[in-house]
Amino acid sequence: MPAGPPAAGREIRAREDRDTLRFLTCGSVDDGKSTLIGRLLYESRLVFQDELARLEADSKRHGTQGDDLDLALLVDGLQAEREQGITIDVAYRMFSTGRRAFIVADAPGHEQYTRNMATGASNADLAVVLIDARKGVLPQTCRHTTILALLGIRHVIVAVNKMDLVDWSREVYNGIVAAYGDFARRLDVTDVACIPVSALTGDNVTEPSAAMDWYDGPTLLQALEEADVSADREDAPFRLPVQWVNRPSAGFRGFAGTIASGSVRPGDAVVACPSNVPSTVRRIVGPDGDLDRAGAGQAVTLTLADEIDVSRGDILASAAEAPGLSDQFACHIVWMHENPLLPERPYRLKIGTRVVGAQVTAIKHKLNVHDLEHAAARTLELNDVAYCNIGLDRHIAFDPYKECRETGGFILIDRYSHDTVGAGMIEFGLWRGSNLTPHPLAIDKPARAAQKNQKACVLWLTGLSGAGKSATANAVERRLHAMGRHSYTLDGDNLRHGLTRDLGFTAADRVENVRRIAEVARLFADAGLMVLVSVISPFRDERRMAREMMEEGEFIEIFVDCPIEVCEQRDPKGLYRKARAGRIRNFTGVDSAYEPPEKPEIVLKTAEKSVDEVADQVIDYLARALDS
Amino acid sequence: MREAAAGFSKPVLLYSIGKDSSVLVRLARKAFHPAPPPFPLLHVDTTWKFPEMYAFRERTARETGMELIVHVNQEGLARRIDPFSSGSALHTDVMKTQALKQALDKHGFDAALAGARRDEEMSRAKERVFSLRSRSHRWDPRNQRPELWRLYNTHLREGESMRVFPLSNWTELDVWRYIEREDIPVVPLYFAALRPVVRRSGTWIMVADERMKLAPGEAPEMRRVRFRTLGCYPLSGAIESGADSVPAIVREMLSATHSERQGRVIDHDGEGSMERKKQEGYF
Repeated sequence: MPAGPPAAGREIRAREDRDTLRFLTCGSVDDGKSTLIGRLLYESRLVFQDELARLEADSKRHGTQGDDLDLALLVDGLQAEREQGITIDVAYRMFSTGRRAFIVADAPGHEQYTRNMATGASNADLAVVLIDARKGVLPQTCRHTTILALLGIRHVIVAVNKMDLVDWSREVYNGIVAAYGDFARRLDVTDVACIPVSALTGDNVTEPSAAMDWYDGPTLLQALEEADVSADREDAPFRLPVQWVNRPSAGFRGFAGTIASGSVRPGDAVVACPSNVPSTVRRIVGPDGDLDRAGAGQAVTLTLADEIDVSRGDILASAAEAPGLSDQFACHIVWMHENPLLPERPYRLKIGTRVVGAQVTAIKHKLNVHDLEHAAARTLELNDVAYCNIGLDRHIAFDPYKECRETGGFILIDRYSHDTVGAGMIEFGLWRGSNLTPHPLAIDKPARAAQKNQKACVLWLTGLSGAGKSATANAVERRLHAMGRHSYTLDGDNLRHGLTRDLGFTAADRVENVRRIAEVARLFADAGLMVLVSVISPFRDERRMAREMMEEGEFIEIFVDCPIEVCEQRDPKGLYRKARAGRIRNFTGVDSAYEPPEKPEIVLKTAEKSVDEVADQVIDYLARALDS
Repeated sequence: MREAAAGFSKPVLLYSIGKDSSVLVRLARKAFHPAPPPFPLLHVDTTWKFPEMYAFRERTARETGMELIVHVNQEGLARRIDPFSSGSALHTDVMKTQALKQALDKHGFDAALAGARRDEEMSRAKERVFSLRSRSHRWDPRNQRPELWRLYNTHLREGESMRVFPLSNWTELDVWRYIEREDIPVVPLYFAALRPVVRRSGTWIMVADERMKLAPGEAPEMRRVRFRTLGCYPLSGAIESGADSVPAIVREMLSATHSERQGRVIDHDGEGSMERKKQEGYF
């Protein structure tokens, strides 16, 4: 078998870095973006005859250009979009000229699909921003430029389109160029080239325009061919996120992955992060024989001189220029999901090849992407961009995003739907994360619990208001007390007078409310107590967070299951009546959701059974679960 | 590919015997060298492939030492579904789309690697590299996970699965150049040779075996043809060509005026037909 993984890396690099330019197009809905890309494909003769025949037929059926070819139809791939006449997602197209190959990410202009633009930008070296000459710089233009800047795109070509509709006016063009320049400078986007074009007629797209003889710069295609985006990733410090540990036999341990930045040679001193254990590169393994060097973008397998513990998710890095280590970061986050980001809600975070638990600990400010103003925010909605602090459940190795996209960019994943809900760019690690070390206590939990002749546990009662949580907790604790157990009850309503009195009832506040109560429950359990928690805790995510804070088997989720009609009829505090009258907002079950547990340890049917019966049910469970 | 192997509990490589599959197998072997790839090959067999393809499939399994699973929709066989009397749409649905779902369900594969490329067809241009499928294997183009950088979200809910397309950003020309450079064996049908063919709806269909039903007045003639894509022989159109080696194919490609899927009968089943097939679970 010839060749090896490094060769595959070379191939991909040759395609993507050396002579391939990855660029992104963005613009507002009717800027003619699809038409422009269609024009580039058409003019570079990348439209095949059979596609052209289909295009002619489609143009007659859906086209907006009368009997002329509607080039946008070449690009608007999905049927649903064609019918609506808009592009709704990122589409990738390839074309090439004698000088360069191109991969175009077509990002949508539609405001609510901005997340797709960030997606397209994350893999692009350059962006073409379209501006409709009749409309000038729009809010979306600013939004797109802000996102480009956030995602680290420093090269922008502004195509001022539809020049045919403003009589090829130089004044109109100059006005737009000046307005755009003002905005871009504030974002530190310095390499901006502007070109007046008409995608419809083709002027200045691939051929110089006769109608605009006042413009003497390059055509769009020339500009794309000549753009220099070769910021040399190979000069950066060596980083290899370990993707796969290759152990075909006891004698071989290879660490495989794609080099994120820098280059490596056998004999180089490296350090495994975050463990900080040093070693030396022994071989760069390939089926064709070993390589004596490999660089950014190549997929490689390395072996080390020492038997050190390295697993998937670790980073092998240059020992001289090691990455930072932290579990808390300041970062920019682009929110990409319909469900809002709630501070303190646990998410999964993927960076490089590592997946860790993460919570946004503070939203410092939301960034208004139209005017770059800062605004306060308690949650983030779809398409919001914000500057945040984020905390992880362990230390990771990282670089600031500006220095390395691969080791500084991350995605956030919802723990239930597993959807990708956000993207983030690390600015810097927060010192407090790296300088705090836990102080070991002399007496541990088993010792404290043993002294009380019991096992610590957390009985977490969740359910609607009026379902009977607090009454059940009281009855259970009376029984425990009679049995000589040491216990304590954390009641959500009572705690709102102290521990959580600064919190309201919005989704974001509910998350923080549950987090605080769970932290206290954890401490009480650590003290060896049997803790009863009685709190609505409407969201699965937070109950799972609480579960994961405790030890295995310690968290007992009790679903106090009572139909809302019954709760409403009982209405012990008169709250349902007020909520129905609109005098209380965000009331669970009325105008705020309750997510029932999927796999609770205990279900109590309080509509059908008495308080004593359900309390006995809990005690029976404990006898089986804890005394076994 | 390593990401797929690391992120899923039971991945599989969908092996279609074509050139893209050959490249995929090569990449897999390289990615995990010196270990063998940690997943088997799966061929969803419609029973209507070219004889040369079956021979090549066995050869690949032998030479790579990878486990080869062949799945045929037995129900479809029992119903005597064939591309002639059942029509290409029904044949493709039952023997490919349904068969693929059966095979994935039967073996419990949670990720399937395949050689589809974004340049092949319009609806594929919007496909993700890691593309989520629902419990019933459906693709929802409006609800795709954003893919940033090279960070692929491999988390699934119970019953969901992932289709993984490592060659997403390759073009047909890239594939041939890679085959040339790496000297990768491919099915001989890609190379021009004299073959018995009949002219049907503007393309050359090869009379590959005795099951081919000829229309009245139709007579096979010998033409120098080759195939740009391979599938079921009654549905794969050949082009007239003299390109009988990989370098000759690369040269021919550089001056090509028709897209690769021109010979694919199923793409022309109706507007948006590929998108619809994909939503239903076709690759």
